[in-house]
Amino acid sequence: MTIEAIQNDIIDEFSMFEDWEERYQYMIDLGKTLPLIDEKYKTEDHIIKGCQSKVWVHANLEDDKINFTADSDAIITKGIIAILIRVFSNQNPKAIIDANTDFIDKIGLKEHLSPTRANGLVSMIKQLKLYAIAYQTQLN
Amino acid sequence: MYMELKQMLDIQKIRKDFPILNRKVNGKPLIYFDNAATSQTPQQVIDVIVDYYSNYNANIHRGVHALSQEATDAYELARVKIQKHFNAKSPHEIIYTSGTTHSINLVANGFSSLLTKGDEILISALEHHSNIVPWQMLCERTGATLKVIPMNQNGELVLSEFDALLNDKTKLVFVNHISNALGTINPIEYIINEAHKVDAAVLVDGAQSCPHIKPDVQSLDVDFYVCSAHKICGPTGVGMLYGKEAWLNKLPPYQGGGEMIAEVTFEKTTYADLPHKFEAGTPNICGGIAFGAAVDYMNAIGFEAIAAHENELLDYATHQLQQIERLKIYGTSKEKTSVISFNVGAIHPYDIGTILDKMGIAVRTGHHCAQPIMDFYNIPGTIRASFMFYNTKEEIDTFIAALKKAVLMLS
Repeated sequence: MTIEAIQNDIIDEFSMFEDWEERYQYMIDLGKTLPLIDEKYKTEDHIIKGCQSKVWVHANLEDDKINFTADSDAIITKGIIAILIRVFSNQNPKAIIDANTDFIDKIGLKEHLSPTRANGLVSMIKQLKLYAIAYQTQLN
Repeated sequence: MYMELKQMLDIQKIRKDFPILNRKVNGKPLIYFDNAATSQTPQQVIDVIVDYYSNYNANIHRGVHALSQEATDAYELARVKIQKHFNAKSPHEIIYTSGTTHSINLVANGFSSLLTKGDEILISALEHHSNIVPWQMLCERTGATLKVIPMNQNGELVLSEFDALLNDKTKLVFVNHISNALGTINPIEYIINEAHKVDAAVLVDGAQSCPHIKPDVQSLDVDFYVCSAHKICGPTGVGMLYGKEAWLNKLPPYQGGGEMIAEVTFEKTTYADLPHKFEAGTPNICGGIAFGAAVDYMNAIGFEAIAAHENELLDYATHQLQQIERLKIYGTSKEKTSVISFNVGAIHPYDIGTILDKMGIAVRTGHHCAQPIMDFYNIPGTIRASFMFYNTKEEIDTFIAALKKAVLMLS
């Protein structure tokens, strides 16, 4: 699936929620399903700066596609990462670099995009894209 | 006595002074429990700000024209209000600053020329980490050593350790009056008294105490006392440094610029007298005037009545919180103000804060810029609810119900 198609699926799923409670409950549940990062990658090198909760992300390249794994000590943050990983994992670096992230606004999580927001959604997206840029350079 | 005081506060009338308390957040009436970060502003102070910019905005101390004189008079009158509030001996012992951090840096910088290698500075383990850095920098500049007064599990300073750390080499003791992270009221009378026995100066950070307590700097015999206006219903970007005149004369100027000079030639500059020596450049004129208005506002309500109401809120909220399973309160000193820091089980404070925000409730989450305290308890942070005199028991009830809901969602 393309990044855009996955984003549209997520927008459809979120459109079924009637209020913030259902939306957040869904994210909390998503957080519980997050593909956990291997413990050995939960190091300072893998921490994303700018988050109030701790977020670790690891990436590896397989068949020209990037796989992300991550973890956080806060469950809502894990839910947000789970969504990002669903969108960006198993995609080629170029697609990740070019992807826009308007869908976050459309699923009612715009408040998390503010640079002052302590969960650092902005920092997370930036980090995923940085991995993509690094791998793209390798591929070139 | 307690009952009488309680009746003195007409909370519903007071709440009408604060326009922001009428707003909604995420569709719910705002419940503002982040007062330890900044307090809200009453209409009386907002009016003073609007009046300044509408009617007499001008640069001060220099102009001969009417506006400049009016602005100068209002600014200096506010200084007198602040002086009287803290019971300083004279208005020139009150230095306007941009806030507590600026005030602390001013003193730390001034001590650069007074300390030598081997001297010691004592600070408490309960400090805001922005308060630790200026002393580390001072130690780097002078070769002095920084020593820390430890705390116990209740979040109280261990005074026997303080006694043991004090010696002839101690030149300065720095402690907050009230801890921002835990709400502990520190025994500053004792600390000042003991520090003076070895001729050490004492600087007290009053950022968290000023909304709750009216300190008398003369009876405390404190050498320096600092606070920010925005914690006591005033605007951000303005605060004060109280210093005993003798100490302020000893410290060199902090910044060079206009206002702080008496005479300038290319060969030599003579500095202005107190307080202008420390007030280089055009100050936050409106902020200073509004600071004075905030002090008036708080005094009109009365600090005894404020303390009585806030203590009641603290007891009520503490009791309600203790009914919640797995909830742990950090900072359980008998002497504390209306600040409650807590966690529920292993739930991350950030998660609870996020859900509370969706329900219109503003609390603080995180390490509250007091990382050493969080490390002491081995936690990533806490949820902190802090109350002012305009908060109510009904708000606490709503907060408790919302918290229970958040815990249910997150478990």
